[in-house]
Amino acid sequence: MDINATLLGQMLVFGVLIWFSWKFIWPPLTKAIEDRQKKIAEGLAAAERGQTELQTAHGEAQVIVNAARDQAKKIVDQAHKREVEIVDEARATALEEGKRIVDGSRQDAAQEKSRARDELRKDVASLAVAGASRLLQREIDPKAHADLIEQLAREIEGAKA
Amino acid sequence: MSAAEHATAGPANSTEYITHHLTHLKVGEGFWSFHVDTIFMSVLLGIVTLGLFYTAARKATVGVPSKWQAFVEMVVEFIDTTVKEVFHLDRSFLAPLALTIFVWVFLMNAMDLLPLDLPGKVAALFGIHYWRVVPTADANTTFAMSLTVLLVVLFYSFKAKGAGGYIHELFTAPFGSNPVLWIPNFVLNLVELLSKPVSLAMRLFGNMYAGELVFMLIALLGAGVFTLTVGSAFGFFGQLAMGAVWAIFHILIITLQAFIFMMLTVVYSAMATEHH
Repeated sequence: MDINATLLGQMLVFGVLIWFSWKFIWPPLTKAIEDRQKKIAEGLAAAERGQTELQTAHGEAQVIVNAARDQAKKIVDQAHKREVEIVDEARATALEEGKRIVDGSRQDAAQEKSRARDELRKDVASLAVAGASRLLQREIDPKAHADLIEQLAREIEGAKA
Repeated sequence: MSAAEHATAGPANSTEYITHHLTHLKVGEGFWSFHVDTIFMSVLLGIVTLGLFYTAARKATVGVPSKWQAFVEMVVEFIDTTVKEVFHLDRSFLAPLALTIFVWVFLMNAMDLLPLDLPGKVAALFGIHYWRVVPTADANTTFAMSLTVLLVVLFYSFKAKGAGGYIHELFTAPFGSNPVLWIPNFVLNLVELLSKPVSLAMRLFGNMYAGELVFMLIALLGAGVFTLTVGSAFGFFGQLAMGAVWAIFHILIITLQAFIFMMLTVVYSAMATEHH
């Protein structure tokens, strides 16, 4: 063991190293570490906050979906009701229209019938008159009487045909 | 004997080999002489250590760290945690001090793992005949560090208790404040105070010096290998086996000694701030 001035030199070297480490190495490294720790803590807090917000949003979305579902159901119900109403209305209108048409037809038919009857009546009258005039002509000629009747019958037959 | 001769002819005998390896490159006379090898190696290793750490510190980023920054941060955190557990005041000075001690001492100790004759051969290329490569196997280094630590401990004592409080404590603790006990108190405190740097320095110096010596003894085992006898063959393989075992064991020792030196510095500083 040889103690000499090397000791002083080494103390100086050691001192310089400590000073350098104290001033230039330790502070930036610990600062970086601490800042990163802070950043990680913030990140974790943000993640947690995000989770909570997500949960809230889920709840809110559920509420909105439920409301929409209710409304949709209401609308469908309303539509159903309206459908029934429209069908009923249409049925009523159709019935009324049908009745109206039937009434009209019936009226037309009645009119036609009375007109036909009048015509027939007129025809019958003229036929009767014609027949009578023929009869009156043959009364004097009894022989021609039969011919007349026969002729009348033929005419009627011909008219029939 | 010069290292150049050493390379060709080999040492004359074991004593000469060991003596040669334990001789410092020294300039100056008496007390005012310097061990150039010790100073050079410790400054070089200090620059390497702090330079590497400084590259990490300068580019330190809060974001994703580089691999080197991650490693440096690991060391920093480890030391910061260790200091925090023991020392409860502001550690903005003590923690970097502990870091410096741990890393610097570790690297200086690690020089012991270099092949024993390699540094000498490299030095011989520059015409230097003596070159001890482990600065911590030089008591000057270890005492320089422990005395600096003593100054730090005294600084913390004064800072925590004030000059008056500290001097008061030197004379009144641990036995009491009776004037009769002042001298015994002071003597005991002085012994306690001075035993700290002595034990710190001697522990590290002793371990590293002994470790180096054991490496030399192991190296001597294989010295006779070129005589090509059975005994020399045994010696050669003995050197291989024991050298490997001792080197592996020494990895533990160099780390442990660096850690102990750092830890005791922190503990002494913490004790200095406690009131008796």
